[in-house]
Amino acid sequence: MHRKERYTLLVIGGSAGALLTALDIISALKPSSALSVVVVLHRKQTQEDTLVDLLTARTLYRVKEVDDKDELEPGCIYVAPADYHVLLEKDSTLSLDDSEKVNFSRPSIDVTFESAAEAMGSKLMCVLLSGANADGVAGLIAAKRKGAFIVVQDPAASEFPVMPQQAISQVTVDMLLNPRNLPVLIDLLS
Amino acid sequence: MADTVEIEVTDQEVEWLLDDLIDRYGYDFTDYSRASFKRRVTRLMSQDKFLSFAEFRYRLGEDATYLTRFVEQVTVNVTEMFRDPHFYKVLREQILPVLATWPMIRIWHAGCSTGEEVYSVAILLKEANLLHKSVQYATDINPSVLERARAGIFPLSQMKQYSENYILSGGRLDFSSYYTAQYNSVKFDDSLGRRVVLATHNLVSDGTFNEFQLILCRNVMIYFDKILQDKVTRLFYDSLETLGYLALGSKETIKFTTVFDKFQQLENRERIWRRVK
Repeated sequence: MHRKERYTLLVIGGSAGALLTALDIISALKPSSALSVVVVLHRKQTQEDTLVDLLTARTLYRVKEVDDKDELEPGCIYVAPADYHVLLEKDSTLSLDDSEKVNFSRPSIDVTFESAAEAMGSKLMCVLLSGANADGVAGLIAAKRKGAFIVVQDPAASEFPVMPQQAISQVTVDMLLNPRNLPVLIDLLS
Repeated sequence: MADTVEIEVTDQEVEWLLDDLIDRYGYDFTDYSRASFKRRVTRLMSQDKFLSFAEFRYRLGEDATYLTRFVEQVTVNVTEMFRDPHFYKVLREQILPVLATWPMIRIWHAGCSTGEEVYSVAILLKEANLLHKSVQYATDINPSVLERARAGIFPLSQMKQYSENYILSGGRLDFSSYYTAQYNSVKFDDSLGRRVVLATHNLVSDGTFNEFQLILCRNVMIYFDKILQDKVTRLFYDSLETLGYLALGSKETIKFTTVFDKFQQLENRERIWRRVK
């Protein structure tokens, strides 16, 4: 009964020190007719346009900041806007939410991981990158339960290892990401 | 974090809850964004330390006072003064001068929560010398947040941020001249609240009640699905005078709605539309 699942959604979450790795992953992604990407990075409000620009310069995917009820389209990268949580609905639309911060963060990585896991199950791949707090861990636990593929940045390769370390201590991780095995990750998504 | 156990709520249980709320209380949350609604419900169950969904459902069904808490907690009441200062700059520089040409200005804050936005607009009206000929209707589904809006009392700890926002919005006065500080709170000048009408109104089930030149509904419809967004946008259309303005949150759009072609978006980066038909 086992066959290799094709991932249709990649969610990348990260905090302090995550930007460069996120850019590395995005620039390595091969053009795809099936894959959508959501990027949730903690950052200052003024940086949002810059992140869309940075990503656009490195990929053939369409890059846009999430507007409420955007429909998930393949070949598109969605950036979580500052000051909103991003949730995936079961009809593949993205809902924004400006409720309380979670783990002192809005957008919170947990919120996106959890709702994406509910909606996509085993078609989801979650990648948690460098960071100095514990956001994302509860989301990975929920995603693991729903059958998602869990990738965590190798703490040794992380500028701020706290977030990856928290994750590794609480979730069975499917893959540790470091510069050496980035091509493996990309193959899984191709 | 570890001491609160999250109970997983199934889709079927959410359906039961939605049915209960309609049958027993007449509150219809069916067309709220489901992922967000479910998250709010799970959060509330965990906060109030329910051990099972069944226990939670029973309490909500039997205890009408708990319903008040439910509605308060499941709907989102996060707001601030002069949030997105550039939006207020556009209001100040482009919209108010047009509104000034009407003999009487009627503004509707739909989903006003605790009223921070209402006081922000009141300050703009006052500075444009329009406060005396304007009425702001501020409505919300929650009676309790309206009480707080009525008081005009906000936490002192927020004032530094609000003052910065105010200046970025083009404000030139000393922001603290609008309020009196006492202990950890500030009370805004009574004159700002005098021309405000507060009322409960449920966007899901209540209809139009007046005609306005400006409707603000910022970051409210993000909690609705597309069906409800369409219905509410039509309600706004019916409640706007021709050439009146509809202002939404900075990541919202009406492009999925059936009245899209009756509006024209202003040419700036804010999400403001004008009723043109």
